[in-house]
Amino acid sequence: MSDDPAATAAFEARIANGESIEPKDWMPERYRKQLIRMMSQHAHSEIVGMLPEGNWITRAPSLRRKVGLLAKVQDEAGHGLYIYCGVETLGADRTDIIAQLLDGRAKYSSIFNYPTLTWADMGVIGWLVDGAAIVNQTLLAKASYGPYARAMIRICKEENFHKRQGYEMVSVLAAGTPAQKAMVQDAVNRFWWPSLMMFGPSDVDSPNSAELMRWGIKRKSNDELRQRFVNLTVTQAIAVGLTLPDPALRYDEATENWDFGEIDWTEFNQVVRGNGQCNQERLDTRRQAEREGAWVREAASAYAAKQRASSASVAA
Amino acid sequence: MTSPEHAAAGLRVADLAAQAAALPADGQWPLWEVFTQSEQGAPHEHAGSLHAVDEEQALQNARDVYARRGGVISLWVVPAAAITASSAGDSGPFFDPGAAKAYRHPQFYKAPRGVRVL
Repeated sequence: MSDDPAATAAFEARIANGESIEPKDWMPERYRKQLIRMMSQHAHSEIVGMLPEGNWITRAPSLRRKVGLLAKVQDEAGHGLYIYCGVETLGADRTDIIAQLLDGRAKYSSIFNYPTLTWADMGVIGWLVDGAAIVNQTLLAKASYGPYARAMIRICKEENFHKRQGYEMVSVLAAGTPAQKAMVQDAVNRFWWPSLMMFGPSDVDSPNSAELMRWGIKRKSNDELRQRFVNLTVTQAIAVGLTLPDPALRYDEATENWDFGEIDWTEFNQVVRGNGQCNQERLDTRRQAEREGAWVREAASAYAAKQRASSASVAA
Repeated sequence: MTSPEHAAAGLRVADLAAQAAALPADGQWPLWEVFTQSEQGAPHEHAGSLHAVDEEQALQNARDVYARRGGVISLWVVPAAAITASSAGDSGPFFDPGAAKAYRHPQFYKAPRGVRVL
């Protein structure tokens, strides 16, 4: 289906002018499709993102850590809901979108297909994974599509707590016993490269980027965001006495950037294609939750129907 | 921002009770728009939407989704299908009558020289 060129030109002029596109406004079909794809992947990532951490809630070492982690995981559920409702404003059906996640057609952030082996992973995920997500989402909060941008503003406010609770955990473990320090360093070693991969393929291999940037959905390229994350994170690692597993990491005085080594794109592509360590486990867990929650949804429907019937008979 | 984002045409408010009472074939519950008030005297503003089986569940879910951290003193949930919205395509002609009435603004009227506060 091709869009009217004049309408597309007017639409692009609105974007260039910094205007916000709202659900009932005219938009090219391709803009709608790209947003549905990107926003539903984002929502799925929030939902699947609960799983690696949910695993550790009952094993938190103190009540303080437990309430923090529990609140963070609840937030991820909330963030998924904000974005799903944003996707619906584009005319997408929520049941379809969730079905795509459950039957394995939809993508979500590959970072959640890595296992969480120790308690230190909880700290490192908050610090690196939420840290990377914040870099990305801060710019999405200026995205051209109004409902997406507004959901992102809400999410960014809440994610700052995620990063801080993670970094606090990391700093306490890094200053702890030799065993604690070794545990947190090991977690950093395992999560550093996958965190860099969160920004997606390099600009030269990112087929969607140019279009997403022209339409103001993305404001900066994958590589620019990745560089920004590295620059922010290196000093945070130094501050707590941890190293990052990259011998090529060095500061470039001229560009004021931290240069880093080559990302293993073979690993990235494998995990995206479903061959990561936990892809199958994550999907199985989601499907189990969907199945085991079915009776709750049915009971809520039955209760509401009964309430309606009894209030109708009182009225009659 | 209070513009309804999901308003579907053609459904009467009275139909909503029937719609909520039955579990739809696709398992999708009715959509509710959520409005939050952040403090005494502030207006209710659109926060987002959610699916719920009835108004009571909509209100409880809205509290959990949109008021987890406090900062909200009042919530409205409105069936999305009950909202009628102006259409984006007609927004020019629809709002034009208000655009050309400079005489509705104080700047249209001249004050005598020397009068500072009016």
